[in-house]
Amino acid sequence: MKPGKFLPYIILIIGAIVMIFPFIWMLSTSLKAPMDIFNLNIIPESPTLANYIRILEESMFVKWFLNSLIIAVITTISVIFFDTLVGYIIAKFNFFGKKLLFILILSTLMVPVEMLIIPWYMMSSELGWTDTYWGILFPGLMTGFGVFLMKQFMEQIPEDLLNAARIDGMNEFSIFFKIAVPQVWPAISALGIFSFLSNWNAFLWPLIVTESPGMRTLPVGLSYFSSGEAESQWHLIMTGATISVIPLILVFIFLQRHIIKGIVLTGMK
Amino acid sequence: MGQVNPTPDYDEQKKKKPERKDGHKPSIFYKLRNNYKYQKYIFIFSCLLLPLIFFIGIRILPTLFTFNVGFREWNLLSTGDRPFVGLSNFVTLFKDEVFLKSLLNTFIYIVIGVIGQLTIGIIVALLLHKIKRFVGLFRVIYFIPYVTSIVAISWVFQWLFMSNGFINDFLMNLGFSQQPFLNSPDQAIFVISAAMIWQSIGFQMVLFLAGLSNIPDMLYEASDIDGATPWQKFWHVTVPLLNPTIVFSSIIGMITFIQVSFTQVVNMSMDGSGGPLNSTISVVVYIYQQAFRQYDMGTASAATVILFLFIMSLTIFQMKVLTKKFDY
Repeated sequence: MKPGKFLPYIILIIGAIVMIFPFIWMLSTSLKAPMDIFNLNIIPESPTLANYIRILEESMFVKWFLNSLIIAVITTISVIFFDTLVGYIIAKFNFFGKKLLFILILSTLMVPVEMLIIPWYMMSSELGWTDTYWGILFPGLMTGFGVFLMKQFMEQIPEDLLNAARIDGMNEFSIFFKIAVPQVWPAISALGIFSFLSNWNAFLWPLIVTESPGMRTLPVGLSYFSSGEAESQWHLIMTGATISVIPLILVFIFLQRHIIKGIVLTGMK
Repeated sequence: MGQVNPTPDYDEQKKKKPERKDGHKPSIFYKLRNNYKYQKYIFIFSCLLLPLIFFIGIRILPTLFTFNVGFREWNLLSTGDRPFVGLSNFVTLFKDEVFLKSLLNTFIYIVIGVIGQLTIGIIVALLLHKIKRFVGLFRVIYFIPYVTSIVAISWVFQWLFMSNGFINDFLMNLGFSQQPFLNSPDQAIFVISAAMIWQSIGFQMVLFLAGLSNIPDMLYEASDIDGATPWQKFWHVTVPLLNPTIVFSSIIGMITFIQVSFTQVVNMSMDGSGGPLNSTISVVVYIYQQAFRQYDMGTASAATVILFLFIMSLTIFQMKVLTKKFDY
């Protein structure tokens, strides 16, 4: 074997260490006692779970975790349902104003979310939506990107398949759920995964719209926790970071094939 | 040849059908239930009602509203009228050094970030394309940072780059001097960019891997016969054929960087708002400060309008410059 064969492996292994090391360091710090954290061993001398117990007892991480979960799940369900439905209708029906509707939805893709936070905030405070679950999740209920993506996939379903179902007397809702949806399942799961990830990690809007500590999502809670109550207590900050990172890494490793396929699928459209 | 007669009998039958023999006109409900066209429109209307309300009420109208606020003097704390002030908010912005700094920084984040993540993403993809074993394992490892929370990662990086943190310790063991990193107005922006790049390598890698697997081996074999060096093969076969992926990745990269720059700057900069000395402040952080610290919605909205135009022009620029037609 030529030595050149090993070179790619060596570079990739060095890269992999760079990618994985921050997580190891985070985990390691979270298992250290306060006086050991500046002792830069990767494996803690006397590992302890005291930081975790303290955080779970004294701060609201469990509540924040649940808030994030509730919000991410509801938005994901809504995004999947509505984006798929609208994409299907635009792809498979002709009706008055269809072009206009599609342009309207596409135009929302060009406007960055940052431009909308100010009107959303005014709207929320006017209608009393601030500091509620609804206030956090309403901007993400549907996405222009998802509609566009689903339209691209729905267009590939043969018209004959739908017409055959119509002749058999199926109503339109059943055709959508039983014939169209199963055909585009890979795209739907990709959309769902992205929607979940982006809502789980969302920071800007939840930061603006939440007021009481109990309504915060995990990223907002962690940010306040790290700069406020745990200031400079790195063992606690790293424990909080571990709590918010590890579940997602586990889910990712479990679903990685679907996630990577999903990116390829959506990137190619 | 004459045209085929389109079965006249059938047409007449069709005309007759709605009139029932007992003289009653079919009721509207009968029509609705049995006419496919009505059913279709009911379906379309009922499905599009909520999405229409959403996209108009929560996306389109707020966008127009932002333009409106941007031309007014609008402070959340004062309850008086909000006079139309023309371009004065924009003039204020362009006289504000912090805003200009934030615009420049956003540009730096995008340039360093997009170039960095594209280059590293392509390199990793090329290496992975070359090897035969452990491809799946490497792919998972490189991708993990992308799925993790940016807030958590920012704090981990802050901890790594502390003045007495791991990286400095490592550097000192190698014989370098201690670096201030996030405490330095010159270095902080690069540390933050590095964290952004680190997090998005995996995403770019996956896109480029897909792009590479679409390039037929035939082209490489042909260039082998022509005696091309690996470098020539890269520039004359790989890059042109990856062009669509490069355009897509750089636009997606730019848009996500503009958003991420807020989260990362707030959680990584030493004062939580773009310090030291505003050296890391991005446009979105500036907007946040104006709107939710100063409650000056007019200026903040004007800044979002500028951000919008900034993104638009960069997108058009990228499409124009990067999309090239190649002949084979």
